Order: sequence, then C-alpha cells, then structure tokens
Amino acid sequence: MTPQHRRPERGGPGLGYVVLGVVGELLITLGVLLLGFLVWQLWWTDVEGNRAQAQIVSDLPWASPVPTPEPTSSDAGPKVATPRHDEPPVMAEPEHAVTFATLQVPRWTGEPARPVSQGTDRATVLNVLGIGHYPGTAMPGGVGNFAMAGHRTTFGKPFNRIEELQVGDPLVVRTEEAWYVYRVTSTEIVAPSQVEVIAPVPGQPGVAASERMITMTTCHPMFSARQRYIVHGVLDYWAPTSDGTPVELLGGGA
Amino acid sequence: MYGWLWRHLPGPVAVRVALCAVLAAAVLAACFVWVYPAVAPYMPFNDTTVEESQG
Repeated sequence: MTPQHRRPERGGPGLGYVVLGVVGELLITLGVLLLGFLVWQLWWTDVEGNRAQAQIVSDLPWASPVPTPEPTSSDAGPKVATPRHDEPPVMAEPEHAVTFATLQVPRWTGEPARPVSQGTDRATVLNVLGIGHYPGTAMPGGVGNFAMAGHRTTFGKPFNRIEELQVGDPLVVRTEEAWYVYRVTSTEIVAPSQVEVIAPVPGQPGVAASERMITMTTCHPMFSARQRYIVHGVLDYWAPTSDGTPVELLGGGA
Repeated sequence: MYGWLWRHLPGPVAVRVALCAVLAAAVLAACFVWVYPAVAPYMPFNDTTVEESQG
C-alpha cells in the first residue's frame, strides 16, 4: 500500500468490486462450512452414535454387562454356558425399530456389544440405533439367514472392523432368552444390488433353507457406497442366558 | 459482507472479536444440529444395505 496507489473515482470501489468481494467471502464461508460437515460426519456422528448405542444396550432390561474374567479365581469366576445343539428358541419378528438383540464380536477387542434393531432404514434404524435386521429374514437361531446391516464408517460405525473377521471367528448374538454363537464361514465383496447374499441360503435365492445362517452387510470400500462387504456365518450352538455366558466372551474358545 | 458486519458490531476491537467468535460458534452449532443431519441423507457414502432398487 503505497501512498500513490490508484484510488477509484468517487472515493470508493466500484460496484463490481463490491459484488466480487461478497461472492468471494461467500465462497470462503461455504468452504469452511463444508469442512465443518466433514468434522460432523466423520467425528461427531461417531461420538453421538457410540453414546446412543451404549445407552440403548444398557437400557435393555435383560442385557446385563458380561462379567470380565478374573484369572485368579477360576472357581468363582463367571459361569460358562453349556453349548446346546438342539432346537434353539426363535423369537418372532418385532415391530420396526424395536431393539431385540445385541451383537458382540470377540475378534473386535474393545468393541462393546451393539444393539440390533428391526429394519434397515437409515434415518430410523441404522443412523440412530446401530445395527439393523433385514425384515423378513430369519431371526437369531432360526433356520434361514439372520441378516443384518450396519455402518462401517460414521454414526458409531458398528461394523467398522468387519475386514478383520476371519473364518471360524465367533459372532455372539444375545436375545432376552438365549445366546446364539455363530461362526464365520466366508466373506465376500459384492455389488449393492446383489440381494441374494441375504437369501435364506446365501447366494441361492429361492432355495429352501436347512441351515441356521447369519449374514452381515456393510459398505465397501470404506467411505464409499460402490460395493458391499459381506460376512456369512453358521450357528455353532446356543445356550439359555440363564445358563451363564458363552466361553467366547470370556476370553476362550475363539 | 464481513467488512459490513465488522463496521456494525458495537464496542472496541476486543468486544467485536468476541462477538464474531460467538456468532461463528452459533452458526456452526446450528449446522451440527440441523443443517448437516438434513444434508447427510443425500451424501453417497453411507449406504450399507443390499437392495434391489439401489445402485
């Protein structure tokens, strides 16, 4: 700014410059607000989602926290549920957005039990309640395919670490009545339109089911909706919740 | 725009800076509570389900 710099006539900048200045400031503001959106989407929805989902689980009258194993007191430790391979109890499908189960995956160390609710609508289930159950697919323990969807990023990201799952890993589902311990049998990456992955017999729509399957679907790659990451499993055993806790949640059998 | 805002805020520089910070925080809070949740469903990276109707 030298004293001799040219000044526009009539003392002020022309109208064009004023408009240009305002437009520029608006664009800068828009950029800052877009950054704010990223912060909200990538961080704040997780903060809110984790808090809300932990609250939902602790509000379930039957989902008492799993006791942590104490290696020093092997006799007085938490009771291990006896695996049962007979006909498991299967609850009826609840109303939309009703939380009816929890899912805990021992492979995901540090991850809490997540609520499983009826429906896969984003606004009313996945964004606010955590994991959603595909309506019409089997319920936990049922013959067919107990199929769930969950966010892999944002909104608490219950399926964030899905790629860590390996064949044989336990997936522990709990309802009011029973534990259902599934084991991972396969993983695959499919197009979003391949609904046959949640068919009663995965990959074979129309075929009558004979096995008790479980399927998890989430987005792939992360932060994209281009594909879906799918994990299939099959029921290993079940146990009444009154019997104790599955050994998989007590640090063994995994 | 911001020049106009600055000229119309009352008080000395310190007070104006404080007022600007409060206004900015209010705008951001409004975005977090209302604007971003309303915009999020139109973003393409949150789909987790398999559906026939979706691409």
